Amino acid sequence: MKNRSLQEFSKGILKENPTFILVLGMCPTLAVSTTAENSFMMGLAATSVLVLSNVIISIIRKLIPDKVRIPAYITVIAGFVTIVQLLMKAFLPELNEALGIYIPLIVVNCIILARAEAFAGKNNPWYSLLDGLGMGLGFTLALTLIGIIREFLGSGSVFGLEIIKNIPMPTLFVTPAGAFLVLGMLMALISALTHKKTEIKDCSECPMQCMSKDEKGKC
Amino acid sequence: MSGDTFKLIIYISFGTILMNNFVLTNFLGICPFLGVSKKLNSAIGMGLAVIFVMTIASVVTSLTNTYLLIPNNLEYLQTLAFILVIAGFVQFIEMFMKKVIPPLYKSLGIYLPLITTNCAVLGVALLSVQNEYNLWQSALYGASAGVGFMLATIIFAGIRERLDLNDVPKYFKGLPIALITAAFLSMAFTGFKGIFG
Repeated sequence: MKNRSLQEFSKGILKENPTFILVLGMCPTLAVSTTAENSFMMGLAATSVLVLSNVIISIIRKLIPDKVRIPAYITVIAGFVTIVQLLMKAFLPELNEALGIYIPLIVVNCIILARAEAFAGKNNPWYSLLDGLGMGLGFTLALTLIGIIREFLGSGSVFGLEIIKNIPMPTLFVTPAGAFLVLGMLMALISALTHKKTEIKDCSECPMQCMSKDEKGKC
Repeated sequence: MSGDTFKLIIYISFGTILMNNFVLTNFLGICPFLGVSKKLNSAIGMGLAVIFVMTIASVVTSLTNTYLLIPNNLEYLQTLAFILVIAGFVQFIEMFMKKVIPPLYKSLGIYLPLITTNCAVLGVALLSVQNEYNLWQSALYGASAGVGFMLATIIFAGIRERLDLNDVPKYFKGLPIALITAAFLSMAFTGFKGIFG
């Protein structure tokens, strides 16, 4: 029991890291990682939505008819995203401005729906909570790492703290091209460390498209 | 047509296709961009499907926003309302196409479920509300975003077809080299930023 709890929590951090191993949720990863702070806060926002939606979906999993489960999951997720968005607008307006539409776009973040479909819809609330926490933490760590690298290379500071002064840094790393470049290099590093080829995931990895099913109820 | 309208048309369309390309500068729709760009043919099919869905999604969400959410002071439900409206509508079109125009369904239909509710489509809807576009402006914005996606994906697919013939270092095979290619493509698109001075 205790072992399993620990396992469900820790798997998201390294073994099944949503960004580096599962390769999910690329859009926010690339878009908001311009600074370490933005990345970290985006990670926290996504984590809170993930944990809350995982728990609620797990509680109501037996009430939802199988056929409409994906739309039902999306409605729950969208509800929590709206709550996070309103809270952010009220208490952290600057951050809300910086993250822009990527906050409401947490709704369509593959990680959250993928966890609902793969885990929370099948497991009890306690394990779903741990799964959400672990996966969210893995996402936050990965995003913050990319943010730190980009901020440091692009402007010579980390979390807004100036480290290198008086030397002009290549602003390339703060631009969109830098995001692709840094993530590409990191992926190659991960591939070298794990000795596995990092495959490009097809969009079919995302359960979102299960909204439309054929006559047999399959995607 | 007045000069201002013409200016706005040019601004929205070229601005969205080249300067603020949806994939390469806004990072919306990365998954279909990377996933369906192995072959040029599928990139074209996907591109057309995206243009179609984005245009429809912007029109439908613009109508929802103007006639349903704003009169009832429900703007805070935008995210929720948009995603459900888009998903429902695209699903309806898919079924309609399957029954009424089977040839079109065969060439475009397979891509429809892939993009029903990805971040690019919801992104178009949210951005056109944020920019306070009216109905025709949102439609133009949606179509231009789709064209921008198609342009980027087709160029990318062309490069990747060539890349397959090259000797890529072992650990860079697959996703890493694709991302680095996208980085150069994105750099090239940065050059368009100066068009309007």
